[in-house]
Amino acid sequence: MNTQAIVKVKDYLAQRAIFVVLILLVIGIAVADPNFLAFSTLRDILQQSSTRLIIALGAAFILITGGVDLSAGRVVGLTAVVSASMLQTEVYANRFFPDLPQVSVLLPILIGIIAGLIVGLINGFIVAKLHVPPFIATLGTMVGIYGVNSIYFDMEPNQSQPIGGLRPDFTVWGSGYIDFGGGYSLPYIVIIAIFVAFICWVIFNKTRLGKNMYAIGGNVQAAHVSGINVARNLIAIYAISGALYGIAGVLEAARTGGATNNYGNMYELDAIAACVVGGVSTAGGIGTVPGVMAGVLIFGVINYGLTFIGVSPYWQLIIKGLIIVAAVAFDIRKYMAKK
Amino acid sequence: MAESYVLEMRNISKAFPGVQALSDVTFKVRPGTVHALMGENGAGKSTLMKCLFGIYKPDEGDIYLNGDKVAINSSKDALNHGISMIHQELHPVPHRNVMENIWLGRFPMMGFWPLKFVNEKQMAADTLRLFRELDIDIDPRARTGALSVSKIQSLEIVKAVSYHSKVIVMDEPTSSLTGNEVEHLFSIMNRLRSQGVSIVYISHKMEEILRISDDVTIMRDGKYVGTWQAGELTTDLIITRMVGRDLTERYPERTNIPSETRMQVRQLSSTNPNSFQNVSFELRKGEILGIGGLVGAQRTELVEALFGLRPVASGTISINGKPVKIKSPSDAKKNNMALLTEERRVTGIFPVLSVYENTVIANLRRYQNWAFLLNERRGIEDARTNVEKLRTKTPSVNTQIRNLSGGNQQKVLLARWLLTEPEILLLDEPTRGIDVGAKFEIYSIITQLATQGKSIIMISSEMPELLGMSDRIMVMSEGRMTGILEGQEASEEEIMRLAAQQRSADPGGEVDEYASHRQG
Repeated sequence: MNTQAIVKVKDYLAQRAIFVVLILLVIGIAVADPNFLAFSTLRDILQQSSTRLIIALGAAFILITGGVDLSAGRVVGLTAVVSASMLQTEVYANRFFPDLPQVSVLLPILIGIIAGLIVGLINGFIVAKLHVPPFIATLGTMVGIYGVNSIYFDMEPNQSQPIGGLRPDFTVWGSGYIDFGGGYSLPYIVIIAIFVAFICWVIFNKTRLGKNMYAIGGNVQAAHVSGINVARNLIAIYAISGALYGIAGVLEAARTGGATNNYGNMYELDAIAACVVGGVSTAGGIGTVPGVMAGVLIFGVINYGLTFIGVSPYWQLIIKGLIIVAAVAFDIRKYMAKK
Repeated sequence: MAESYVLEMRNISKAFPGVQALSDVTFKVRPGTVHALMGENGAGKSTLMKCLFGIYKPDEGDIYLNGDKVAINSSKDALNHGISMIHQELHPVPHRNVMENIWLGRFPMMGFWPLKFVNEKQMAADTLRLFRELDIDIDPRARTGALSVSKIQSLEIVKAVSYHSKVIVMDEPTSSLTGNEVEHLFSIMNRLRSQGVSIVYISHKMEEILRISDDVTIMRDGKYVGTWQAGELTTDLIITRMVGRDLTERYPERTNIPSETRMQVRQLSSTNPNSFQNVSFELRKGEILGIGGLVGAQRTELVEALFGLRPVASGTISINGKPVKIKSPSDAKKNNMALLTEERRVTGIFPVLSVYENTVIANLRRYQNWAFLLNERRGIEDARTNVEKLRTKTPSVNTQIRNLSGGNQQKVLLARWLLTEPEILLLDEPTRGIDVGAKFEIYSIITQLATQGKSIIMISSEMPELLGMSDRIMVMSEGRMTGILEGQEASEEEIMRLAAQQRSADPGGEVDEYASHRQG
């Protein structure tokens, strides 16, 4: 192989370092315990990663505009509680709304998603119209939304009891699966996450909003001069990511069959970590849906795989921390080399 | 030569790729004098000063201080040798107080390690002593950001003095001062002069220069023209010596024919009283209207206001006879206007996005189908067509634009706006920072556009470019339009005279103006 070809291979791998890391991780774990390479492992990792992927995609929208969203986790908690509170079986003793009739399961799901969207709209308004830096704006909503959720959760007659007894036609969204027989199956939630990812990919790549998102994150002044309505686009983007957290919250309730006001706590940090490991730039303007998917999968593999081979959870934290820092240090070096 | 000099720059030459920025320039400053350094934009004044402060390393020539040869490699070196600079744009730390700004990085300390603390009392005393020497009345503990631009400037001068500077360079120090403030600056300069400090005074304002300077050095096209005592000079003499360069650059043959009026601007005034006021002009179809003027003439502010980027207090704009309101760039786009901004990197390119994305971003609506999805193939095709048409040098349309040269980035930005099919193009210094070959290509594109009947407003600080390209030249000075010249009749001298025309210094107390200026 001549040197030029080596450089090409190097470049190719550098651009796709994230996938290389993912494959190496899988190989490493599989060497430690070959049983890791079973279909059930893949299915479990995908199932655990599904809601995380949806949250991370929401976070990616904001990061690409050059912002950051700390409210994601608390929005997940809010929407989980709101949807679950309307989806308890009629026979359950401790109903949140004792007299609520059995409405279509879709209605509470929609209400949950809309709750997330409204929080997103508020975030977008604070950032775009009041010009509060996104870190502070979403820090404020993160704290405030938890308060709102806790008040709701503490209402009579629930009084901060975990919401349980969810309707089976709802929980099936989170725990049901298509059975292919012979031990092969695919959870619904994975299908939903992949579908959401596809929609996000379309928005990122095929719509004006997506192009404007990259432009705003790439150079907000130039975006303004180019005639892009920065405020309107930002509000729309925050609203979409809020709706994504809403979907994730509803699915969390369905997957676990319940909800409390502490659901989703700190998920935003996992989401941001997955994004940056997946190549989303915190400086804005850069990031792809496949990258975010890979980032989420890496953490899924670490969580599941390292536990699988018996690495202590404390060591897992150290490894995760190292990966986050290393990924960004690597990314920044790539940029500096070009300069 | 019997005379002694505090600063001598001897036979300085400096070349950049494609440009000889300085050739054999000599600059000698006598102790205790105010020495004006003059020349058009691009004459090499800033390059010369950058060589003095070690920002550039001269290819040839030496610097002497009090007769000793010195090597200056950084502004810090310069400071240690007693040379400091008051920049046109002042950058204090706004949330810290006055004395902390002056003594930043060298606070007087007391106590001993690990119990060393900043000696605030001594710092305040030192500051007051310096203030008293120069007759400056500022509270050392005032918050710096709350001060007027003139006071911040005094503070920078005090800082220079605190380093025991023997030579203080002031770059356009009066450009944002009111009449009273200029007087105050001059009295400070006189005190410094009487204390034996020399001041290098870079300015375009003839009257001020003739009043305050002892010596005047004039540069032209990177060459030394000469040094005279201010008493020997008049405004006209200075202008004649500043201009009169040969038209060495070539311009494409002019094929455009201006016809009927397309845009009328009447009495347009900025909300900022220091910016453009009462500007009226007409722009015809197929016309290239040049706008000339010196730094601070508010030309950029004017075109940005036309494009809806800056607020307008009064006046009207009409296009094709109909009055229009333009409050944002998208309003401007709806009226078929396009703007190529002066600061390509800051307000033009999206560095991490591709050439393709940079090309189509202002015009995405064009690529939407019935489902509001973008037809990328068509966008990429258009980007490719424009790359070929404008002869942009790029590996592919998927290359990040930050990897292109300045001239090629500018072509991509031109393509971005051409895709919006504009009728009126506002070009703010379209060839700044672009090498000579690419310049000619951009000139050709501009001429072609005018030939197709488009109307073009082109701001330029390069006289030959203005004269070589424009059908008419509007000249501005300090926010006022001082004249419109027919392209064929215009000469560098005339433009310079109009550009240097000063508003009679109004004595009114315009103290609060800085506040609005900073927001602008």
